[in-house]
Amino acid sequence: MNVQVKRPNRLNIESLKVGYETMLRIRRFEEACIELYKQGLMGGSLHSYTGQEAIATGFGMNLEQTDYITMTYRGRGHAIAKGAQEKKLLAEMLGRVDGYCHGKGGPMHITSVENGILGANGIVGAGIPIAVGAAFSAQYRETSQVAVTYFGDGAINQGVFHEAINMAALWDLPVVFVCENNLYSEMTPLHESVKNQNLAERGFGYGVEGIVVDGNDLEAVYHAANEAVSKARAGKGPTLIEAKTYRTEGHMYGDSETYRTKEEVEAWRKKDPILQLEARLEQELADFHKYKQELEGRIAQHLTEAIQFAKESPEPNEQDLFEGVL
Amino acid sequence: MRTITYSEALNEALHEEMQKDGNIVLLGEDIGQYGGVFKVTKNLFEEFGAKRVVDTPISENGFIGMGLGAAMTGLRPVTELMWIDFAMVAMDQIVNQVAKMKYMSGGQVNVPMVIRTQEGAGRGNGAQHSQSLESMFAQVPGLKVVSPSNPYDAKGMLKSAIRDEAPVLFIENKLLYFTKGEVPEQEYTVTLDKASVIRNGEDVTIIANSRMVHFAQEAAEELKQDGISAEVIDLRSISPIDMDTILTSVKKTCRVVLVHEAHRSFGWGAELVARIQKEAFDYLDTPIERVASEDVPFPYSLKLEKEVMPQVQDIVRVVKGM
Repeated sequence: MNVQVKRPNRLNIESLKVGYETMLRIRRFEEACIELYKQGLMGGSLHSYTGQEAIATGFGMNLEQTDYITMTYRGRGHAIAKGAQEKKLLAEMLGRVDGYCHGKGGPMHITSVENGILGANGIVGAGIPIAVGAAFSAQYRETSQVAVTYFGDGAINQGVFHEAINMAALWDLPVVFVCENNLYSEMTPLHESVKNQNLAERGFGYGVEGIVVDGNDLEAVYHAANEAVSKARAGKGPTLIEAKTYRTEGHMYGDSETYRTKEEVEAWRKKDPILQLEARLEQELADFHKYKQELEGRIAQHLTEAIQFAKESPEPNEQDLFEGVL
Repeated sequence: MRTITYSEALNEALHEEMQKDGNIVLLGEDIGQYGGVFKVTKNLFEEFGAKRVVDTPISENGFIGMGLGAAMTGLRPVTELMWIDFAMVAMDQIVNQVAKMKYMSGGQVNVPMVIRTQEGAGRGNGAQHSQSLESMFAQVPGLKVVSPSNPYDAKGMLKSAIRDEAPVLFIENKLLYFTKGEVPEQEYTVTLDKASVIRNGEDVTIIANSRMVHFAQEAAEELKQDGISAEVIDLRSISPIDMDTILTSVKKTCRVVLVHEAHRSFGWGAELVARIQKEAFDYLDTPIERVASEDVPFPYSLKLEKEVMPQVQDIVRVVKGM
């Protein structure tokens, strides 16, 4: 069974700029998080999305606010691309009351129901059936909403992926399965846990079309997302998209990264999705450098304000502790 | 008043609630045309169709997760785990997802979802189809855990569970499905979080849940012959526990026996022992006793199975020894 490889379609300059701005916002946000983490302002582990921004962005550009997503513990990128605000995300990262989850969720559980963000998840693969349930609900209520579930290459070996994609196929549910294959299931190279060359092949076993796309190419992701989301919205059922990518940071901050070489990481940094998109924009925009400088300035200013907002937000108090259990 | 079976009472609850609220959907294995292995969903497929009575593949973790996604987006799913033993396959979704979603999201979303299932031994179903696992789930904040003992409560509590905004693990009992009891034809509900004093007495309080409530009643009847007056409380809700009803009784009788089919060690009886001694230590005349299943897997042999699980005579013997 051969998977279909999606080639990029050219996007117009306005769409390229929208995508670029989102990707840059995500990148700078994740960089700021690492700094805040180093300052000891966050608990737990921090799993960076750096290097995978084109995927959340290419899909986010094809989704409405009323559409649903579930995602991994690298989920801030997906949240930003789905309409979440940096200041409320950062407040959540710092465990403050003005965070999306009032400080009770944290980095691994970012949720914003008003934006259709049904949750990042700390359990690998666990968001997949939840998105399928949201798609079931959309189909039941006869809305045209679509659900997208983002998960990693590791999740494709969880039983619940297979259970969920089978049910989505069986009932033609409006859901898109997006496997962000960054080549490492936590610290284990993918070839040590999977025989398949392309993970998208696994869709065929369930009667689901499998698509491979270069996850570091915004235009390729956008094109694949557009087709899959339109297909789901038209009631024609699910698609499995494998977006091949690479996380240029460790699994979590502080990862010793003994499972890969510096040369490998450097080679992938040259294929960085933002660098690739900048090369495209340089061809299209005569004043690209001025545009970039202006955009970076705007994003930095926005982020500075967001960090200040988060730091000034109070910590939750003891009365909050027992709220919202049932 | 008319009498119907526990299974019929549950069926009526589902039927009436589904008629009232178009957002209620049923998800589970063999619940459609087949009507469920214990016939709880009988004829619902015919009345409400495949859209609302959904036969799922044998994918417990998957369809519980689906129920959660549906509950977060406007539906009120009633999911069915055919046996509580199968809930072990779905533990991630039940414990890590369903129970925590509201809290983790900072209260952004309610999870109005029911997980119906059944437990209990006594039918020779062997080690993987006989367990009583309510205590395990009562350990998890974010879930309500209830176990009705009779048709009246089964119907009234299921209606309350469906209308509740929190996830409810609704535990039926396989040997109660075809027992009968009085159930009015008119509309009523039974609150989820209140224990029920089903027999008044003076000398000892016997607290039981699910099928053990009937054993406790039989034991109380036998004790009466010997001049011992036992009060019997049907716990109904394992989480939360209605301490008010329990303490009122304990302060009157000053002796307590806890009866459950769950294994003795770490069962809900242990939790009640801790709470009662803390709240009513000075009232107790004797140590609190537990009558529970032995700490072994349920054997297939009917003779051995009977040895493992509590019997009426065990309750009688324990009370007389106090």
